[in-house]
Amino acid sequence: MTDKNTITLNGRIVPIDNGKNLLEVIRKSGIELPTFCYHSELSVYGACRLCIVEIDGMGVQTSCSTQAVPGMVVRTHTDPLRKMRKIYLELLLANHHQTCTTCVKSSMCKLQDLAARMGVTEVRFKTTESAKPIDASNPSLVRDPNKCILCGDCVRACDEIQGIGAIDFAHRGAGTTVVPAFGKELKQVDCVYCGLCASVCPTGAITPKSEIDSVWSAIGKPKTVVAAQIAPAVRVALGEMFGLEAGQVTTGKIVAALKMLGFHKVYDTSYAADLTVLEETQEFLVRKTENRKLPHLTSCCPAWVKFAEQYLPDLLGNLSSCRSPQQMFGSLAKRTLPEQLKIDVKDLFLVSIMPCTAKKFEARRPEFMTDGVADVDAVLTTQELGQMIRQAGIRFNELTPDSLDMPMGFKTGAGVIFGASGGVTEAVLRYAAEKLKSVKDENAEFVEVRGLEGVRERQLTLGDVTLKLAIVHGLRNAKTLAEAIRKGERAYDFVEVMACPGGCIAGAGQPIAYGPAVRGRRADGLYEADKTLQLHAAQDNPYLQKCYRETLGSIGGKTAHAWLHTKYKNRKRYEDASFSVSDNGVQQKLQVCVCVGTSCYVRGSQKLLERTLKHVKNAGLEDTVDVRATFCFEQCDRGPTVRIGQTVLNKCTFEQVCGELQKQTAMV
Amino acid sequence: MPTQKIDLKAVQDDFKARIARVKRRVVICAGTGCVANGALDVYHALADAIAARKLDVVLALNEEKDSDAYVSKSGCQGFCQAGPLVTIEPEGYLFCKVRPADVSEIVEETIIGGKPVERLVYKHPANGQLYAKRDEIPFYQRQNRHVIGDCGVLDPENLDEYIARGGYEAARKAFVEMTPETVCEEIQVAGLRGRGGGGFPTGTKWQLTLAQESAKKYVICNGDEGDPGAFMDRSLMEGNPHRIIEGMMIAARAIGADEGYVYVRAEYPLAVQRVRKAVEEAALAGLLGDDLFGTGLSFELFVMEGAGAFVCGEETALIASIEGERGMPRPKPPFPAQSGLWGKPTVINNVETLATVPLIIEQGSSHYRTMGTEGSPGTKTFALTGHVVNTGLIEVPFGTTLREIIFEIGGGVTDRFGNPDPHGFKAVQIGGPSGGCLTAEALDLPLDFESVKGIGAMIGSGGLVVMNQDTCIVQVARFFMQFTQKESCGKCVPCREGTKQMLALLDNIIEGRADESTLPLLEDLAIAVRIGSLCGLGKTAPNPVLSTLRYFRDECQAHVVQKRCPTGQCKALAQPEIIAPLCKGCGACIRKCPVNAITGEKRQPHVLDASLCVKCGACAQVCKFNAIVGV
Repeated sequence: MTDKNTITLNGRIVPIDNGKNLLEVIRKSGIELPTFCYHSELSVYGACRLCIVEIDGMGVQTSCSTQAVPGMVVRTHTDPLRKMRKIYLELLLANHHQTCTTCVKSSMCKLQDLAARMGVTEVRFKTTESAKPIDASNPSLVRDPNKCILCGDCVRACDEIQGIGAIDFAHRGAGTTVVPAFGKELKQVDCVYCGLCASVCPTGAITPKSEIDSVWSAIGKPKTVVAAQIAPAVRVALGEMFGLEAGQVTTGKIVAALKMLGFHKVYDTSYAADLTVLEETQEFLVRKTENRKLPHLTSCCPAWVKFAEQYLPDLLGNLSSCRSPQQMFGSLAKRTLPEQLKIDVKDLFLVSIMPCTAKKFEARRPEFMTDGVADVDAVLTTQELGQMIRQAGIRFNELTPDSLDMPMGFKTGAGVIFGASGGVTEAVLRYAAEKLKSVKDENAEFVEVRGLEGVRERQLTLGDVTLKLAIVHGLRNAKTLAEAIRKGERAYDFVEVMACPGGCIAGAGQPIAYGPAVRGRRADGLYEADKTLQLHAAQDNPYLQKCYRETLGSIGGKTAHAWLHTKYKNRKRYEDASFSVSDNGVQQKLQVCVCVGTSCYVRGSQKLLERTLKHVKNAGLEDTVDVRATFCFEQCDRGPTVRIGQTVLNKCTFEQVCGELQKQTAMV
Repeated sequence: MPTQKIDLKAVQDDFKARIARVKRRVVICAGTGCVANGALDVYHALADAIAARKLDVVLALNEEKDSDAYVSKSGCQGFCQAGPLVTIEPEGYLFCKVRPADVSEIVEETIIGGKPVERLVYKHPANGQLYAKRDEIPFYQRQNRHVIGDCGVLDPENLDEYIARGGYEAARKAFVEMTPETVCEEIQVAGLRGRGGGGFPTGTKWQLTLAQESAKKYVICNGDEGDPGAFMDRSLMEGNPHRIIEGMMIAARAIGADEGYVYVRAEYPLAVQRVRKAVEEAALAGLLGDDLFGTGLSFELFVMEGAGAFVCGEETALIASIEGERGMPRPKPPFPAQSGLWGKPTVINNVETLATVPLIIEQGSSHYRTMGTEGSPGTKTFALTGHVVNTGLIEVPFGTTLREIIFEIGGGVTDRFGNPDPHGFKAVQIGGPSGGCLTAEALDLPLDFESVKGIGAMIGSGGLVVMNQDTCIVQVARFFMQFTQKESCGKCVPCREGTKQMLALLDNIIEGRADESTLPLLEDLAIAVRIGSLCGLGKTAPNPVLSTLRYFRDECQAHVVQKRCPTGQCKALAQPEIIAPLCKGCGACIRKCPVNAITGEKRQPHVLDASLCVKCGACAQVCKFNAIVGV
């Protein structure tokens, strides 16, 4: 007998060491078993079948779904196993659009990598599927179903981490696809553009939408001044694309690279983050003093904002009215830079470099346009910037660091730590502490709010005020927390929400890194950057102080409000979300729409729909009435809601439906 | 809902007293097959004819009086080939293919006269012998209708009749006289094995679930029968729904569950309706609900309709479907016995398995073991279809040979015109899309779970499709592959992509595009899919291909190498030709041919130019002399 807590792996004794499953045990022992559908943070799915192993007495099993049991005898690369893995890869490749040389995911694609690793040199099977349309209708993400290998990573990430389920499997067998609800495009459904799907996708089936061409073209225009703002999280990740360690701060090199690419001015989004801290802390402290609109919810994550607009209309009042740092920067830059640089605003092209795909969507929100022109003209992800640097042939690692342009390139550490989950909270606390304690502490830190856990509850006392805080990342966590707040089970003063696990450092625009290990290093990088700066609290930023004196007036004042704050509105989850449930052959039918959204459903709308359908059939009205199930009329509190023709019936009963139908069909 | 506590004995006595006052009983088969052939019209016509004749007849058996006849409907009587079926008791006459026009004769001759209507009785197609009584017909005589027997007799919508035949007595025994341990033990000793396909010992499954500590447990009846051509479970649900409910009650008692679901595929509307009605009536009678048989134990039962996916017959996919999720299997372990419906320990059994349970509890495991083989005790139902004289629903003890089933019960193989052909047997497909083809060599093999598995097929849920010499075996494999590639849930790579590519390779073979690499590749792929798929559907999907390659390699090779289909069924491989001795030179084909591929003088044999022919078949249709082949 071998040691109690070991297995025999390919003839070697290997410790189990509390591995979650056999796959993790094998990987820990130094064998990188191939997988597509295994992610340590998602549920075990068991679909790609590449992690198969032979176990004595159990035959061939997927190691991801098998528990390591002491004494197990396991083999990972026997002849049959290697042959099977090869066949599975060939099967996937047969119907995969193999446009590898032109694919944006090339060299980062797991399918490409595993095919090479497993020695797939030919595909013996023929393509059986016809091409499906590409969904590129939204500003953030491109979905190419022809490259999808149906591993379900995106589906589980969207559901399990973000609690949305904007995409899911449809159809079965050979016809299986991953699609947004009702086969619509992403922009027509409740996708918040966080891009988590893209960051877990092993192939090029979901990728961030590129804006590289528009930026190159702006750079090429002679009169145009191209200015960049760099988000905090970019500086600790871009280096990974050039072989540097995750977390290594490369701000100076990025500035140098951007200047070489042809950018005229390079600023820092952290400057605007400092600005956000001042505005948001002021707003929060007023709320706290007046004890209203609490908990105060942060608003710098655009995916979270869209999520709240869709799912939490009753809490929109609690959302900070502050624009995100990107948009504060955009607004301030478009209003002040033309004068400083002595150019026409039309000739200023503002590019933000973000770790995030939702920022692309945010930049196009109508609220952030002035006279129909977006404040931020283009949003590049960290990945896209890396590609531009490669396209230009710049040897990134050899660059001599350059410095950011002033004044909007100057920031404090508060604006830098924004990029990690808990950073906004800590930055706000650094200002709030000074105001509440009336004592200046330039080096105040609040290490207790940092961390990688999905939900962190903290309580701390500043002066004679006790603050209850919550920091969450992952929108499913946010949803759960919001439910608890709604029900009164939880009460907080301040809640920070970031959609991406770990915050912006793990945004979908960052260089591809599967798994949570890299996140910690990137976060560490930001906190180190904070330490190396002279100033750590936003209120100490001298350029901002000057900006308030000369331009903005007071914090939270009239100008600041007009330029730096925004409003939110309820947002429909689906565009035109109805589908016919009765025959739709004849035109000009009377439309009956029964809401089957959650709220109406729990108030019995499904039964109502069924009875209405039966009634229409029995009354012989099928040729004149078209009954549809539909989603939210946004009148959830008055459900079930039914619309018959132009008439909307709230708290609708079956009898009301019959009465209204009789009335309206008599007129037809 | 107010429920009353039922006194089983009183219901039995009462029903027996009523039925004793009836002179004759007319049972019209109202299974789906017979209904489709007009059985309900026959029922109404018979009722009318009886009324017109002013006979003393009851339709509901609730009047307290003597009568000449009691007319009722039953579930499937099994001999679907000969439907609509009408059985007359106590004589046991069986009338076949009854039309509404026949009813007056039945009334006069049989109900009044007590004699069979000769032209409606079964006539043996081979020797012309007449069989008036059902039990004498070879189709029935050779069977042991242990589980489905009552289906063809009792009124499935009458709880009293089920009770009168001893129904719910086993449930009472399990609840009142037995403990969960002894119930599991009895089933274990009986050796009952799951009838859904895998043949897992039911007693073991129950014991595993019983051993789980949980306040909440579930029992699920898997009625998502989906194999093409299989209808055993449907017949049971339609014909004897209370037996299934009783089986679930006993399962619930055995594992300590208080809630159950009957998952019926939505394509079985009659089964859904009958099971729903039976559940309602059982609940009203206090057989479901709280305080069963005064024990303080409860069992609540819900009927759930499937949404039309074959894969939902797989237990974890079925559970996902009940939970409102997409019907996709998940990796096991954990098994449903550990974490099933809503994460609670769950027993999930097939309809036939559950319908067998009350019989074991009632008659004892030792009686059960007198039937069948050592490793596979009891009986098994099969849906016998294809090129066979008698198609229908049959039940035989395990250990019966295919020869007995096909040639004695089934009456032998038929040729392409439906006539008996003593030398026509080519193969039998057992176990539907998960099974395989068996050849003449397997005819004398005693059928049980192990023996069939040993030769590369599986009993499966019990489909038996008999094929004659005119059947192209590659096309049969293709048929099943098309089915599984459509019905795969699409989750795991080997099943979703593998079935797709196996189908493409089979198409290549059938359409003449295959080369020497095709069969080895097909075989490698089939094995990779069998070993590596996530669930039973994928693991068994390659069986039709593998058994075809194993037993009919030559026929496959002929397609690939010589580009020839030995049965002439593969159109793309056919060589169009006019057989000169048969051609009379009438010119009809020349006029029909759209591409002028046929030439020839009048009254001289014509010639077909294969290089021009598009195989539209128009020529063969007009040829009165069957001289044109291969189009």
